[in-house]
Amino acid sequence: MSEPLLPIMLSALQHYSYCPRQCALIHQEQTFDDNVHTVRGNLAHERVDSGESGTEYGVRVERSLPLYSERYGLTGRADAVEFLDDGTPYPIEYKQGSRQKKMHDDVQLVGQALCLEEMTGKVVPEGAIFHHKSRRRRAVPITPELREFTIGLIAKVRALLESGQMPPPVDERALCKECSLQDSCQPDLMGNRGRIRRLHERLYDADDEGDA
Amino acid sequence: MKQLLNTLYVSTDGAYLRLEGETLVLSVDKVKKHQVPLHHLGAIVCLGRVAISPALMARSMEDGRSIVWLSEHGRFQARVEGPVNGNILLRQAQFRAADRVETALEISKAFIAGKLRNSRNVLLRSARDSKDEAAKTQLVRAAKSLAINLRNLAHAESAASVLGLEGDAARVYFEQFNTMIKPQMREEFEYKGRSRRPPKDTVNALISFLYALLLNDCRSALETVGLDPQLGFFHVVRPGRPALALDLLEEFRAVLGDRLALTLINRGQLRQKDFDLRPGGAVMLNDSGRKTVIMAYQERKKETLQHPVLESQVEIGLLPLLQARMLARYLRGDVEAYIPFFNK
Ligand code: SF4
Repeated sequence: MSEPLLPIMLSALQHYSYCPRQCALIHQEQTFDDNVHTVRGNLAHERVDSGESGTEYGVRVERSLPLYSERYGLTGRADAVEFLDDGTPYPIEYKQGSRQKKMHDDVQLVGQALCLEEMTGKVVPEGAIFHHKSRRRRAVPITPELREFTIGLIAKVRALLESGQMPPPVDERALCKECSLQDSCQPDLMGNRGRIRRLHERLYDADDEGDA
Repeated sequence: MKQLLNTLYVSTDGAYLRLEGETLVLSVDKVKKHQVPLHHLGAIVCLGRVAISPALMARSMEDGRSIVWLSEHGRFQARVEGPVNGNILLRQAQFRAADRVETALEISKAFIAGKLRNSRNVLLRSARDSKDEAAKTQLVRAAKSLAINLRNLAHAESAASVLGLEGDAARVYFEQFNTMIKPQMREEFEYKGRSRRPPKDTVNALISFLYALLLNDCRSALETVGLDPQLGFFHVVRPGRPALALDLLEEFRAVLGDRLALTLINRGQLRQKDFDLRPGGAVMLNDSGRKTVIMAYQERKKETLQHPVLESQVEIGLLPLLQARMLARYLRGDVEAYIPFFNK
């Protein structure tokens, strides 16, 4: 019998797709830095985390539904899953802010779809991202391309977490600016090895000519 | 940059802290004395006999706010820790580094280089402030002597020689402590050589207390980033001794401890009446003295200094955390060297 796959949090897919280093910081180094974004994110999640379920507008909704896939070694939760009349699950992911990080959110949704398919035996053709800011739903068709991409991503995340390595910072400052882990990650520090080398060379050399 | 959150120091004997809505309430004998919003409160440090309600404790763990008890003289007693803490891979890297003689030596040298640079700065700063030519000359000479030790440190090839250079520098530095105290304050504050347990003069009582506060901040910073404060590189491991916190403390003693002590003394913010003389020669800060020191320490933490690596102004209170993080980054192989904090 083979070892069960190292279980990967669904959120790790989104983190990895945003930045592999962010994924390693959170899922391997267990770094959690609260900043405005995450604090607001938590507030937004309060309602969905309540675990309530019931019927809304005639549709059965499960909130904060535990998800898993043994086939892909995934685990996590869906903010909300609507069940259509024929039992087809329709996952909905709640997101802070605007729609810029589209791709990163989508992979997480596809991961949820993979879990729901294994759990219910039904094909999940579509899900949606709900944006708090605009209070708008954006439908995401779970296309074969997206599936393939996500499955590839799961393998990359697993390889990273199994390796125990820390990937270098991304080369996109715009991502770092929005990243809640900036303080721990210190992308500038990593990006400036030259400065560290120079300081290290001069560390033991006090400039005492000026001591008057 | 991470915001410096406030630390609440509670030194009121018999105080009880509890949660009330989004605030912390401090009461003594069931009488409400203070109420502070929890927001912006990063840590609670209790000195001496202080009790905390389970609800406040639970809420603090949820928020990631640390709670620490120190004895009234600042010795570490206990810490309450929430569930999300510690990264085993980082600790593993720390343990491996400590086992590699060369790496341990390299890190020790960095800590001590920070210490020597910062001690030198305290001497030079006092030399600039002094009006007495003889004192100036003495202080500058001591600073030069530290610069030599610093240069020799670069070539130190064993833990013993690092220890030797550090010890020698500490002696030269502390020999000048009285010179750095203003003449008119020297009668009240005479430094008679380092004495720790117990401190035997006012200067020792003061710096020991400041070092204890600082050590606690270093320890918390290391724990926050997931390093084990007990496994040091320069300080030898001994049960119950926070060796790595003591290592980290080395680079901050002068900047945060000694300079503040000298300011408090030279500005007359502390006087003889702030100390208790115990039979047998022990000297301790008393309640009013402790309050003055804690307040000054808190104020000092809000000031900013230029950080050599980050090349920006950072709040002094954040320094232990920033350095602990950089050490973690170094141990995880992110950067080639650990650079201690030093100011120009
Ligand atoms: S700060 Fe930048 S490099 Fe670091 S984890 Fe965030 S996005 Fe990645």
